[in-house]
Amino acid sequence: MGNQRTAYGDTLVELGKKYGDIVACEADLGKSTMSCLFQEAYPERYFEMGIGEQNMVSFAAGLSFAGKVPFIHTFSAFLVGRAYEQIRVSICLGKKNVKVIGSSYGLSDYGDGATHQSFEDISLLRSLPNMTILTPVDAYETKKLTEAAYALEGPVYLRINRNDMPELYNGDEKIEIGKPVVMREGKDAVVFAHGIMVSKALEAAKLLYEKGIDVKVVNVNTIKAAGMESLKNYLGSAKAVIAAEEHTIFNGLGSLIEHELRGTDIPVELVGIEDRFGQSAENYDVLLVEYGLTAERIAGKITQMLK
Amino acid sequence: MEVKEKISYLEKMSKQIRRDIVQMIGPNNKGHIGGSCSMAEIISVLFFDEMNVRPVDPEWEGRDRFLFSKGHAALAQYAALAELGFFSKDEFKHLKTLGAMLQGHPETRTPGVEANTGSLGQGLSIACGMAASLKIDKKPNRIFCVMGDGEQAEGQLWEAAMSAANFSLDNLYAFIDKNRVQATGFVNDRYKTDPLDKKWEAFGWFVQEIDGHSVKEILAAVDRAKRETGRPKLIIADTIKGKGLSFAENKAAFHNGLMTEKEYTQALQELA
Repeated sequence: MGNQRTAYGDTLVELGKKYGDIVACEADLGKSTMSCLFQEAYPERYFEMGIGEQNMVSFAAGLSFAGKVPFIHTFSAFLVGRAYEQIRVSICLGKKNVKVIGSSYGLSDYGDGATHQSFEDISLLRSLPNMTILTPVDAYETKKLTEAAYALEGPVYLRINRNDMPELYNGDEKIEIGKPVVMREGKDAVVFAHGIMVSKALEAAKLLYEKGIDVKVVNVNTIKAAGMESLKNYLGSAKAVIAAEEHTIFNGLGSLIEHELRGTDIPVELVGIEDRFGQSAENYDVLLVEYGLTAERIAGKITQMLK
Repeated sequence: MEVKEKISYLEKMSKQIRRDIVQMIGPNNKGHIGGSCSMAEIISVLFFDEMNVRPVDPEWEGRDRFLFSKGHAALAQYAALAELGFFSKDEFKHLKTLGAMLQGHPETRTPGVEANTGSLGQGLSIACGMAASLKIDKKPNRIFCVMGDGEQAEGQLWEAAMSAANFSLDNLYAFIDKNRVQATGFVNDRYKTDPLDKKWEAFGWFVQEIDGHSVKEILAAVDRAKRETGRPKLIIADTIKGKGLSFAENKAAFHNGLMTEKEYTQALQELA
């Protein structure tokens, strides 16, 4: 197991050591987002903006004008929801080089309930020109995508899960923005997934393999980026496609795949959060089950589709 | 330049800015006349006297930066930028047409425009970020930012106000164009924004209130603000919406108004 938040915080400190133009802004959740590590290391390059997300986003756009590269932090719900229009106008319209770190996305903040959970974030930001959207699958990929986000000139939205998650990489793989990663080969069906749902898809593939169904799992760590590779390249001989994501079924990975596969006769099913708000629960897994984000549901859908 | 000569020059340039605003919009077209004309003296003082800018090198590192948080008054800035030679006045006739350099609200595609503003409330935050960035680098450049009084209803401004004071951004010079009229009526019929001076003082700013159409008072206020250190500065400029055009003064209809042929001719006569 690994933790994306600490991987992120450590990576930002490492980047900060190498690159003096990195600055960080935080809206009073630094101990959750782990921007506190950057604060400790480089207090002079850290701006505690208080509980004022809108100001933080536009302020960061201002910081970027003089060549600074701001990484801005708070929970995804408050950053993308409350400051959507500031992200749209202050950052995306001018293609400002600001890295928007949406921490505790999805259901991962299980205890705090609906107000703090955020699974319409991709939906909102995917509609904005110039935006790049990344969802790492584990701690290693978090490190790699954080580095890649710095290297990319322009707005980036990086989603960070709150909880410990399985490590899916060995730690020497090359990770690139816009380049999906095949996590498991298979010829009968493909599951495209991001975040925790990649692990769920791998579990589903295992379940189905015992039944003689061979499932490919593709980690789509980039939902949006200039020049990203088409997911069509990953279909192979598949006769069924699943899009699995910890996100509303509206305008996320599912919509991306449906769009890419239009005109083909390959059936697509979505495993995502139906049209509901979140809620509190005793742990993350309970919520994932309640909202249908399970290996069993993925496996069930594939079995149905191949019948 | 003697002080008297300077004042008379800047007054002349204010009139020129208003003429350019009127001509940019032209007859039978809608344009933000009211809030652009109320700003003419402040724009004149900043662009033709106070700010360090290089029209041939708009991105010059040593420049002072100007942001219209009340982005709809862009026409006043366009007039000053063209007068200084950032771009040709030929661009005026393409204002707000497809592909034009001069958009309805400020965009960085226009040489001399520093940020995309016009969604009210965001400009001051951007200005604060710029000011903070210059502070980290220990640079002497200053940031000038103009807000509207109707814009004071935007909560984001007050977030920015508090953070600017917290970060001691004394390289930030903000103005409020207090013309009392917003798009559909009087500001204080909507939000009790007054007393603005006490509010901003309470938020940690050095505040002055002046006649925004007196070049002399603007010059003096900016000079006084320069001597203040350790906190951001605000100049509340008492102004008249649509100033200089008798038919438009104090009229909400001319926030984004249309001049008839007759009014257009009258405007140019009054500004001659």
